[in-house]
Amino acid sequence: MRLKYADNVIFRNYLKDQAKNMEQIALTIDNKKLTVEKGVTILQAARTIGIEIPTLCYFNLGDLQIENKPGGCRICVVEIEGRKNLAPACVTECATGMVVHTHNIRVLNARRTVLELILSDHPFDCLVCSKSGECELQSLAQKFGIREIHYQGEKSVYRKDTSPAIIRDIDKCIMCRRCEMMCNDFQTCGVLSAINRGFQSVVAPAFEMNLDHSTCTYCGQCVSVCPTGALTEQDHTRSVLNALADPTKTVVVQTAPAVRAALGEAFGLPAGSLVTGKMVAALRQLGFDYVFDTDFAADLTIMEEGSELLDRLTRHLKGDPHVKLPILTSCCPGWVNFFEHHFPEMIDIPSTAKSPQQMFGAVAKTYLADKIGLKRKDLVVVSIMPCLAKKYECTREEFSSDGNPDVDYALSTRELANLIKQANIGFTSLEDENFDDPMGESSGAAVIFGTTGGVIEAAVRTAYELHTGKELPKLDFEELRGLEFVRSATVDFDGLPIRIGIAHGLGNARKLLEEIKAGRSRYHAIEIMACPGGCIGGGGQPYTHGDINILKARQKAIYEEDKRKPLRKSHENPSIQRLYEEFLGTPLGEMSHHLLHTHYFDKTGEVIISE
Amino acid sequence: MSHIKIQLKEAQVNQLKEVCRSFDNDPGELINVLHKAQGIFGYLPAEVQEVVARELQLPVAKVYGVVTFYSFFTMQPKGLHPISICMGTACYVRGAEKVLDEFRRILNINVGESTADGKFSISCLRCVGACGLAPVVTIGEKVYGRVSPDGVKDILREYEF
Repeated sequence: MRLKYADNVIFRNYLKDQAKNMEQIALTIDNKKLTVEKGVTILQAARTIGIEIPTLCYFNLGDLQIENKPGGCRICVVEIEGRKNLAPACVTECATGMVVHTHNIRVLNARRTVLELILSDHPFDCLVCSKSGECELQSLAQKFGIREIHYQGEKSVYRKDTSPAIIRDIDKCIMCRRCEMMCNDFQTCGVLSAINRGFQSVVAPAFEMNLDHSTCTYCGQCVSVCPTGALTEQDHTRSVLNALADPTKTVVVQTAPAVRAALGEAFGLPAGSLVTGKMVAALRQLGFDYVFDTDFAADLTIMEEGSELLDRLTRHLKGDPHVKLPILTSCCPGWVNFFEHHFPEMIDIPSTAKSPQQMFGAVAKTYLADKIGLKRKDLVVVSIMPCLAKKYECTREEFSSDGNPDVDYALSTRELANLIKQANIGFTSLEDENFDDPMGESSGAAVIFGTTGGVIEAAVRTAYELHTGKELPKLDFEELRGLEFVRSATVDFDGLPIRIGIAHGLGNARKLLEEIKAGRSRYHAIEIMACPGGCIGGGGQPYTHGDINILKARQKAIYEEDKRKPLRKSHENPSIQRLYEEFLGTPLGEMSHHLLHTHYFDKTGEVIISE
Repeated sequence: MSHIKIQLKEAQVNQLKEVCRSFDNDPGELINVLHKAQGIFGYLPAEVQEVVARELQLPVAKVYGVVTFYSFFTMQPKGLHPISICMGTACYVRGAEKVLDEFRRILNINVGESTADGKFSISCLRCVGACGLAPVVTIGEKVYGRVSPDGVKDILREYEF
């Protein structure tokens, strides 16, 4: 029988794959002999023997398999004996008998030429560029010892695009297209694409509209991977300094869980250093009147979201056909933007609980303002977030009262680090200090909000005890932890199996959403975070430059902090209990509903096409 | 800059969806689909790109990226009488540029634009394969050979300019 063409192709590819898996390639790199598996690139092979070939457009987030290698920038070129042209190491696979030179004079000269050509179309703004010191183009220029640009030509000029969270300064774009990869392949938002051709080409949203008119979720992952200052955050440090300088204002600050596990990196501490106490001390030195913790509000979120989960479950078990399950978490603002833009038919499925940032703001400007005898307008709430979408979230109209926002400014971890440096505070030698009362106390359950799987673990700790009335036999739910993109686990609620799904990265979330849409979802509750690793890998965190070990270290630190806490369940937090007694009443009660819950909008019609 | 959304004719949209279906809504066929879409609408306004993106399950930004990459695709509506001036080598050396300048002067529009009344648009192309008639101008399906700047007015008069 003759094979059909398609079968033939499949069969041939199968044989190829088989051969690929088995074949070993022997080659020579810089006079060192080595053997690698077939399919390994020269860049990867060189790394195994300790040779670092410089790269620029190439990006790889290790085990997470987030990779960008368009082979476009030509910085990683190497010489292969017998080949006329230099080859880009990031996309050239090793072949048997190859003799590669990664750093001979021809290669070094070529790289320098390539870099000078890139620099010839790049603004010399380094002194005032917000990416200065973290810019990969700048560090290459430094490394190559560039002191003069031998090429002069036209410079590409494009308008600056300013949104509530992200600023696009395309003149600084080098067309590495990492942002495009993140936005399309990983987040599946499809906002950014290369448009036009040749010298005119830029990365932009459809019809070159501004980001705030597009379906951008403000997750900020494009900013996280941008090697230059083309994509940066909307900086609010000046506004915060002005508020601090204003004698008529009382300025309150809240710090998100993931910030304490990453801030230290900006001051040379190893990744994964927990700097909670130093961060509090630094904020106090900066002049904040009250230093509080978003973790307090995370515990509050669990009270509301956990109760909502139980409420929906109970109604479901009683046979109510209208109850929406699975319930989806709603603390990640990038994720909220995502489903508002891409899954508007599902806006009644996520929990209505506000995010911890917004719960904090709502409680601070009512409960706290009363307590310290201040009017709403005299209180400024600043949040320190690992996130850029939080900057947009706090500008949402529904999160304000008479034009006064619940949270006035959201700063990223990076902006806080800059503030501390500006104020000349010797961060690493600060003595640890504690958060203020009454919005500073928190449980370990709140801390783990900072990593993928943490919110749902925190919710389970509380929901289990509220539902069964029994104490949890063990607090660490290892089955919910890790960095795998889509995870699932079943937690036994004293005979009632609760099926839990977890996804981080919006492309992975999309898979779970498609399941729900098709009626195939078997979960009761799903946690979703927009960024790789959850908030620890947020768009506002110190740049990792593609080092996955940094994310892993931050995650470890988060779980360490949880273990270290005397309280590890949200409902046992005495400050939270007091808040309900003195002010809110009960979870899901009238006051809670008014202050701590929100609703979502269908944003598909909001995309405006501008000329 | 706000933009008033143009209303596409339902019949045309259905035709466009049919085109997408004929390519199995395969995102890999984007260029072919756009080619046919431009055949239907004469150009590729944002609204058409949105329909194509939805049908092929592609981000609009990607579709826009392809539309702006290929010079064949245009987002400008063509005039009722689309004027194309050949800029191929033979036509060029025989003075096509002067002919183009004359069209631009008389109609007061640039290459890629249409007159305000939507009657004429000017575009340039490379070689229509009639080099013996250089310089060549086509208006719609009609071909004009050995065009001189002086003859431009007469040609336009045929179209009640």
